[in-house]
Amino acid sequence: MPINYYIFLSVTLFCIGVTGVLTRRNAIIIFMCIELMLNAVNLLLIAFSKMHHLALAAVDANAGINAQIFVFFIMVVAAAEVSVGLAIIVMMYRNTHSVDVNFLNRLKH
Amino acid sequence: MSKLVYLVPLFPLAGFLINGLLRKKLSKSVISIIGCGTVLVSFVISLLIFPDVRKEGFETVVVNLFDFINAGSLKIPFAFQVDQLSVLFLLIITGVGFLIHVYSTSYMHDEENEHFARYFSYLNLFVFSMLILVLGANYVIMFIGWEGVGLCSYLLIGFWFKNIDYGNAAKKAFIMNRIGDLGFLIAVFWMISKFGSVSFAEVFAKAPSVSVGILTGITLLLFVGATGKSAQIPLYTWLPDAMAGPTPVSALIHAATMVTAGIYMIARSNIMYTLSPVTQTVVAITGLATALFAATIALKQNDIKKVLAYSTVSQLGYMFLGLGVGAYTGAVFHVMTHAFFKALLFLGAGSVIHAMHEQDIRKMGGLKKFMPITHITFLLACFAIAGIPPFSGFFSKDEILAAAYEKNPLYFIVGVITALMTAFYMFRLYATTFLGKFRRTEEQEHHVHESPSAITIPLIILAILAVVGGFVGIPEVFAKDSHWLQHFLSPIFAGSEKIHETQVADKSTELTLMGISVVVALIGVVYAWSKFSKNPELGEPQGFGKILANKWYVDELYDAIIIRPLNAFAKFLSDVVEKSVIDWIVNGVGKTVQYSSRQIRLLQSGQVGGYVLLMVIGIVILFLVEIFIKK
Repeated sequence: MPINYYIFLSVTLFCIGVTGVLTRRNAIIIFMCIELMLNAVNLLLIAFSKMHHLALAAVDANAGINAQIFVFFIMVVAAAEVSVGLAIIVMMYRNTHSVDVNFLNRLKH
Repeated sequence: MSKLVYLVPLFPLAGFLINGLLRKKLSKSVISIIGCGTVLVSFVISLLIFPDVRKEGFETVVVNLFDFINAGSLKIPFAFQVDQLSVLFLLIITGVGFLIHVYSTSYMHDEENEHFARYFSYLNLFVFSMLILVLGANYVIMFIGWEGVGLCSYLLIGFWFKNIDYGNAAKKAFIMNRIGDLGFLIAVFWMISKFGSVSFAEVFAKAPSVSVGILTGITLLLFVGATGKSAQIPLYTWLPDAMAGPTPVSALIHAATMVTAGIYMIARSNIMYTLSPVTQTVVAITGLATALFAATIALKQNDIKKVLAYSTVSQLGYMFLGLGVGAYTGAVFHVMTHAFFKALLFLGAGSVIHAMHEQDIRKMGGLKKFMPITHITFLLACFAIAGIPPFSGFFSKDEILAAAYEKNPLYFIVGVITALMTAFYMFRLYATTFLGKFRRTEEQEHHVHESPSAITIPLIILAILAVVGGFVGIPEVFAKDSHWLQHFLSPIFAGSEKIHETQVADKSTELTLMGISVVVALIGVVYAWSKFSKNPELGEPQGFGKILANKWYVDELYDAIIIRPLNAFAKFLSDVVEKSVIDWIVNGVGKTVQYSSRQIRLLQSGQVGGYVLLMVIGIVILFLVEIFIKK
């Protein structure tokens, strides 16, 4: 399968993520969109590593494994980030009884 | 001994610090001892250095104390130079300075304790600065002393600062000096850029290799500095006003030492001046014009100190004439004899003022019988300044006039006319003050008495010097190798001598010239004596005399052509430019910043989405730049 498909797919996913972050006001949905962007990048990393080391794969089963390990790191970090982020959202809900980000505009002061 | 030369200025500096800092605690006698003692020690050290310098084959000693400026290739050490010229000036400054310090202890005795100490600390600071000026081994150190004496002159002219006129006189002196100093400073910068150094040795060694045009520029700028400090046309007007200071100050600063700084500087730089004939001519003509001009003013002055002030300006003119015609030895010689007799005249005048509490000679007269010592010493000084042989002024003035004749007979004629006027106004002053009958009430007559010994002893010593001082430079026509001073100073002026040989006039010409100047001076003396001893002029001068009495209206002229236009211009700037232009710019800047910040503040909405949008836009722009433009 040519690499273009993967690239198109991950670009599409990334753009959906960006659009979601920009347009939605619900903090949880924004959060999910961020995850979407992360996963788009992960997908791209895996695809590139596989394609790039295709010639070596016959000789060395471990060729291109670096990128895959890298993806695992991203997943772990993202999971940690999700836990922090959700904790923030919970605190936000407790304080304002809402998860609308536009409600939090006190940064300008 | 020459290596210890730094001790010479050190002592007056110490005296300045002690008297200045402890002025409220010390008693008058302690202040006097410190003030006079420090200068006396300097004088003794100078005397000890003197035999070293006199030795045959003495090499100039440069004592490096520390680096003063060390920037890249430019190195200016704080160095003192010991040679014949500087030691001669050391002796004059500390010697005459010591006598004037002693004199001051009596003259200023009525001052309050604190002011008495202030006076002596200023006087010591002045001696210190003057010593730095003559000892400096480069133009920058010289400039430190140059500025220092200007400052002390300002402080001492304005010593009685509660009188607003005296304060104004001090400011005038300072500002006039500053105008000259600017020329000096530019010359120093020019030297740095041309020679890469300001030390005398290097500059004089390199001087012949640069073009005459540059040398002329540098020397003219230095001469501008000299006109300020040594009161020459056009910057001379401060000196007569400087008589506002205490009389011993006038004697020390405005007659004997500070005003000769310009002569010292030119004598020091004689090579550069000899190499630029244009400057020499300018110096000679300026000096001659000043000598004549100031002498005419002195004819009609009635303030005892003003007459002496103008005669100082006139004599300084003579010295510049000497420098301009290449008679460097003659000029330095005249500095020396002038220091003796002019200090004596001022101190004598101070003695009279001390006794009479009056400066107007029309209200004096007949002081001969009340003040015998002052009278005799004053008379001797008048003979000296008039150039009557064998008094000191005759020898030095004659040397300058003879050299002037060699250069241009016209110089000689004008010089002799000035000498005539000098003799006339000095004896007008003498006759009006000391001869005739007392022109005040009888009651005042009882109060007039001879001054105490602290005043008369310096007068006597200076009188002896004024009488015999000329014998160090007896002209060669009378006896071979009799001109000791010329021999002594020959290493300093050797370079200039080589460049243009001074043709020695044949004996008969020189004797004729001498005869002319003596006869002319005698005519002036006798005429003034007979005219003023019986019936002095007491009324207000009329006609042409009025113009002279008002100093040719030069102050008014300067007021009209410089001060008033400047004031008007300043008023225009403050009323129009300041209000409409400068204020508009300043307020405009403030308003612009306020307005633009109010607009930019709208970006900070606090909406997270807005920030993210901006971030995304930024990233997209970066991508576009990366892809399309950065190729």
